[in-house]
Amino acid sequence: MHTLIFRTIAPYLASLMVLFSIFVLLRGHNEPGGGFIGGLIAASAFAIYGIACGVAPVRRALYFHPMAISGFGLLVSALSGGVSLFMDMPFLTGQWTEIDVLGLPVDISTVLFFDIGVYFVVVGSITSIALALEEREHA
Amino acid sequence: MAADGQWLTFLVLILPFLGAAAAPFLTRVFGHNAAWVLALFPAFIFYHFTSFLGAVAEGETVAGGYAWIESLDVDFSWYLDGLSLTFALLISGIGTLIVLYSGGYLKGHPHLGRFFSFILMFMGSMQGLVVADSFLMLFVFWELTSITSFLLIGFDHSREASRRAALQALVVTGLGGLSLLAGLLVIANITGAASLSALLSEGEVLRAAPLYMAALLLVLGGAFTKSAQFPFHFWLPNAMEAPTPVSAYLHSATMVKAGVYLVMRLNPVMGETPAWETILPVFGGTTLIIGTLLALRQTDLKLMLAYTTVASLGLLVMLTGFGSEVAVEAAVLYLVAHSMFKGALFMVAGAIDHETGTRDITKVGGIGSAMPVTFIAAVLAALSMGGLGPFFGFLAKEEIYAGLGFASGWSILLTLTAVLGNALMFAIGFAVALKPFTGARVKMPKAPHEGPVLLWLGPLVLAVDGLLAALFSDLSHRFVSSPMASAVAGEPLSVSISVVPHIGLPLLLSALTIALGIACYLTLERGRAAMAATLTAIGWGPDRGFDQAVRGTVRLSAFVTGIVQGGRLDVYMTATFIALAAALFVPMVAFGELPTMPALPSLPFYELAVLAIGFIGLAAVLHARDRLTAIVSLGIQGFAVALIFMLLGAPDLSFTQFMVETLSVVILALVMTRLRLSPADHRPTGQKMLDISIAALCGAGLGLILLRVTQVPFDDTLSVFFAENARVIAHGRNIVNVIIVDFRGLDTLGEIAVVMIAGLAILALVRIRPGVAPLKAEKQPARAVEKVEA
Repeated sequence: MHTLIFRTIAPYLASLMVLFSIFVLLRGHNEPGGGFIGGLIAASAFAIYGIACGVAPVRRALYFHPMAISGFGLLVSALSGGVSLFMDMPFLTGQWTEIDVLGLPVDISTVLFFDIGVYFVVVGSITSIALALEEREHA
Repeated sequence: MAADGQWLTFLVLILPFLGAAAAPFLTRVFGHNAAWVLALFPAFIFYHFTSFLGAVAEGETVAGGYAWIESLDVDFSWYLDGLSLTFALLISGIGTLIVLYSGGYLKGHPHLGRFFSFILMFMGSMQGLVVADSFLMLFVFWELTSITSFLLIGFDHSREASRRAALQALVVTGLGGLSLLAGLLVIANITGAASLSALLSEGEVLRAAPLYMAALLLVLGGAFTKSAQFPFHFWLPNAMEAPTPVSAYLHSATMVKAGVYLVMRLNPVMGETPAWETILPVFGGTTLIIGTLLALRQTDLKLMLAYTTVASLGLLVMLTGFGSEVAVEAAVLYLVAHSMFKGALFMVAGAIDHETGTRDITKVGGIGSAMPVTFIAAVLAALSMGGLGPFFGFLAKEEIYAGLGFASGWSILLTLTAVLGNALMFAIGFAVALKPFTGARVKMPKAPHEGPVLLWLGPLVLAVDGLLAALFSDLSHRFVSSPMASAVAGEPLSVSISVVPHIGLPLLLSALTIALGIACYLTLERGRAAMAATLTAIGWGPDRGFDQAVRGTVRLSAFVTGIVQGGRLDVYMTATFIALAAALFVPMVAFGELPTMPALPSLPFYELAVLAIGFIGLAAVLHARDRLTAIVSLGIQGFAVALIFMLLGAPDLSFTQFMVETLSVVILALVMTRLRLSPADHRPTGQKMLDISIAALCGAGLGLILLRVTQVPFDDTLSVFFAENARVIAHGRNIVNVIIVDFRGLDTLGEIAVVMIAGLAILALVRIRPGVAPLKAEKQPARAVEKVEA
């Protein structure tokens, strides 16, 4: 897959896809989207980048091992569910608050962090599998 | 019971575990003298439990605890009556002495801290077991004693004999534990009781129930393995591989009595039935005789004591099952006496081993002048073991003979069994206590001299206790024997026997026992040779049977694994999909739930077009010459399905379907290149036909079941609930996402955990180096297991 066009365009395509995946993740609560689908988009972005430019640049760009990202996501999800315990409510009860971002009111919730955790788990797990498979291909 | 006392008892129950956590640090700071500090833990527990003596002696019981899972009727609760209190006092009291003794015995051992930790953990487990009220707590602590015992027996884990003994003890008592769990579940099912205190009033119901026999056998399975009754006795002598403090504590004074405790605890509920009064005396009596005979054969001090322990446990079970009130009193007295004298004798054996370098009775002699305090402790303990006055063992033995009596053929048989067993134990007890200390000094690996105070304090205190308890028999009966006997019998009993001998049948039998015992002692060498010859002639024993059973299990599982997991991926896939097809079709056909064929709907042209794209994709898959084309073509069909989702108004689903299809194609293509499969499909025609029919069946089955599902009236309770509440409760307009992250958040948490674990597993599979054949890697552990047993 070492065509010049693909290799030139892949980094831009991958960046756009990652950006889009974050957009999909954040809009998920009200519009089609969410952590799972966002994670899949980001994972395919990294897979494409890897196919085009090799695995090493992807690993450098990710900085952390993808499996560590996955574990971090699971931790974030579990912890976000634990917040409600301090409010004397059952585990995973959603907690909402409103903060001001540049004069705009934005709803922030534990549910959002839960979804971000889902996103990281999906990105991490799928990317680590894809990268491992791609590595074998070039070895 | 007052609430403020409640937390103190709770603290006492977890205190040993706290001590276990602190032990390594304390040992690092104080060395072996940490024993003095650590002994404060059990000493405090002992002190706390003595505060209940008065109330319990009045016939009261102390209960307490905390609700744990109320909906399942599971509590963390305790129940103290005469039986559990006596056990708790024995455990903490002897535990204090054992901790001190361990400090002397294992002085300078590199893992002394770990040892203290293990033994305190065991103490906590055993204590929890005897005071537990709820069935679940009883079972959990029961298993904890097995696990801590495993750790302690295998403490010297660099030796293969230790590892084998530890594993054997764990397997035997672990199987017993499962049997006990099943028994408790049956009992709970029959009576509806979830705790021992609730069970005590349900005896009538339980004894009359048709499943009484099953419950009895299952519970006894647990009790007999734990208390080393024949034919499960073999693990106990092997457990002597453990350091001596462990043998003294677990394998004579406390843990092995857990089975006896259970039998005694259930006596008022399950006792007084023909089955109970047959099974218990038969197994107990057999164990008594076999244990003493096997003890004759040994020359190792610890093994001699271990086999007499087996015998004593048999005697206890026999007495508990006999059914008369006096026999129950006898069992209680003997249990207390045995814990003291056997614990002391074990510690003496350990001290001899520690100071002379050997514990072979034929290689030690004449050390009495060198180790006078140990000698005194040994003789005092042996006098109690031999049932001589004025020691506690004497009271126990008189009561045994009074309890069994001479009334019928059955009781005469059991009495004679007891006389024979006691006589042999008398001989062995004195052999351990006299032979090493008297006679001419022989050459030993080390020159003997008196051990430090830590080594002789424990045995001396226990041996003297055996004397004091008998001299002040009024007090010991009032506070210990009578409440405990009442709890075991299930009705108020008052023990009154004292050291003043009464002329009568029991005294006559005692005299007979002593005469026989002396005769055995004098002819010990000859008896040993005779037993050795007999055992060699028999050859096979349960110990070897255990090895054969384990080896057989390993072989069987290797055989089954060879069939079920042949290592061919295509076989796995075929089996999986055949099972899927069967699961889809069999219920539909068997229950006559096949769907009625609906009329073909008239679809708009764009939907037809999408369907057509899907079919073209499928046709391309079937027609493809090489695998890569087939994989990509499969993607076409997937995209068509995604489009259909979109057209029918499920954007989330469609979105996900697109991404999943894309990634599947990418990953399948990567896997294919990674596996270096030949591009073309080389399956023979027969195989192809089979695969096609399985695939078609699965597809048809799924299609039919979906069709059937849509023909059932739709229950929209959930949809309505989600649609109404997504905005109100969960502040989200996207119902699908709200369900995933909020309403069913726990499901999602579980799912992402699965995703991650699956990712890890796949990563490991991908990373397997082609050089290492997976089959070889699988076989290695199996071989290692076999080596351990060999």
